[in-house]
Amino acid sequence: MSEALTHTDFKSDIKPVWCPGCGDFGVVNALTKALAKMELRPENVAVVSGIGCSSRIPAYTTCYGFHGVHGRALAVGTGLKIARPDLTVIVTGGDGDGYSIGGNHFLHACRRNVDMTYIVMDNRVYGMTKGQASPTTEPDWDSKLSPDGTGLREFQPLVIALSAGANFIARAFTGDPNGLADVIVQAVRHPGFSFIEVLSPCVTFRPEQRDWKKLVKPDAVKPTADIARAARRMLRDTGFDLGVLYAGTRSPYAPRGPRAQRDVRELEARFAL
Amino acid sequence: MSRGLPRTVEQFMAYACAMEVEACERYAELAELMDTHHNREVAELFAKLARIEGKHRDQIMRQMGWTTPPATASLRWETPEGPETTDYGDLHYLMTPYHALKLAEHNERRAAEFFERLAAARLPAAVRESAAEMAAEEREHVRLIEEWLARFPPPEPGWDEDPDPPAVAD
Repeated sequence: MSEALTHTDFKSDIKPVWCPGCGDFGVVNALTKALAKMELRPENVAVVSGIGCSSRIPAYTTCYGFHGVHGRALAVGTGLKIARPDLTVIVTGGDGDGYSIGGNHFLHACRRNVDMTYIVMDNRVYGMTKGQASPTTEPDWDSKLSPDGTGLREFQPLVIALSAGANFIARAFTGDPNGLADVIVQAVRHPGFSFIEVLSPCVTFRPEQRDWKKLVKPDAVKPTADIARAARRMLRDTGFDLGVLYAGTRSPYAPRGPRAQRDVRELEARFAL
Repeated sequence: MSRGLPRTVEQFMAYACAMEVEACERYAELAELMDTHHNREVAELFAKLARIEGKHRDQIMRQMGWTTPPATASLRWETPEGPETTDYGDLHYLMTPYHALKLAEHNERRAAEFFERLAAARLPAAVRESAAEMAAEEREHVRLIEEWLARFPPPEPGWDEDPDPPAVAD
């Protein structure tokens, strides 16, 4: 029997370059704790990401990593999970990567319900490119790049995920890495596409988000499998209610028919390089 | 205070050890990240705090005859993290040793209060006695950090103003 690993075994030697105070540190902490708690091994986990500050996360773990193309992390994760169902696939990224550039992939990943976990670190801003409004930015957020705000309604990721078919939907906060770790464990163990919206402050471009720790409501909700109830909950809450908002019963996608059994070597033989 | 109150001295010391382990790991992590951002003075200070917390952890383990920290899978703090753990969100890339020590002082105070609450709780006498001892130790740490802080006057207002800020200028 192999020796039990601790969360430090899932942390790589690469030092994060995120700004001090960034919420994303809490996600690395929580993710590594969750993987240790599930007694997984780094070689059996793949962390896939897109582009953006938060998408650096695969490099900070000892798991297999794929720092992919902007907005396409879910497409890579989907392909990987279908080809290697034995792997635990965790897809990560930010609100811009996931809801704007990758918005269409987000909808269809929810709809396909492939058994993987998507962690979105939402800071309501494009941090890496110096503070442009993102899909989840408040319409009246006044900044040098959006004077008087964009005036655009925010994207509603949770209720959109619900209507598109995600099988597990939760909201968590980086200021509570232990609570987030528990949610990640639940998400990974829940069959199908699990989506965790993580409130992750950007202290550089949205310093006011330091106050999120005063606004969040831990354990505000309990899981429900009732889609109508979950929808009402998501439409009415303050955006700071933490917990599992929906845990559905849809069966995860699995390739069907003779193609599903095809050996990878057989497929490779069809490609002329 | 943590959920699931300790009923034995062994359980209590496991909590105390977990608190030191978490605080030590976090200070070490903060030292690395401040070093990455070229704030060497604060990085060194966090590294020193990590070494101090590491000594406290080792002291508990020696006292209990443990070779590794006990498993704490069932342990949950009522606060998001352990009372001595610095919140990632409390950092600033231009922070000074004064700010770092204020965070350390806050952590030690919280730890002392945590143990004082346990010492006053309805628990077996041996556990309360151990908690009172730990509370006294944490109060001593508060005092030592206050002395340390006296060497670093509060920075002038505007300490966080960056002449070359990361945000796009007008």
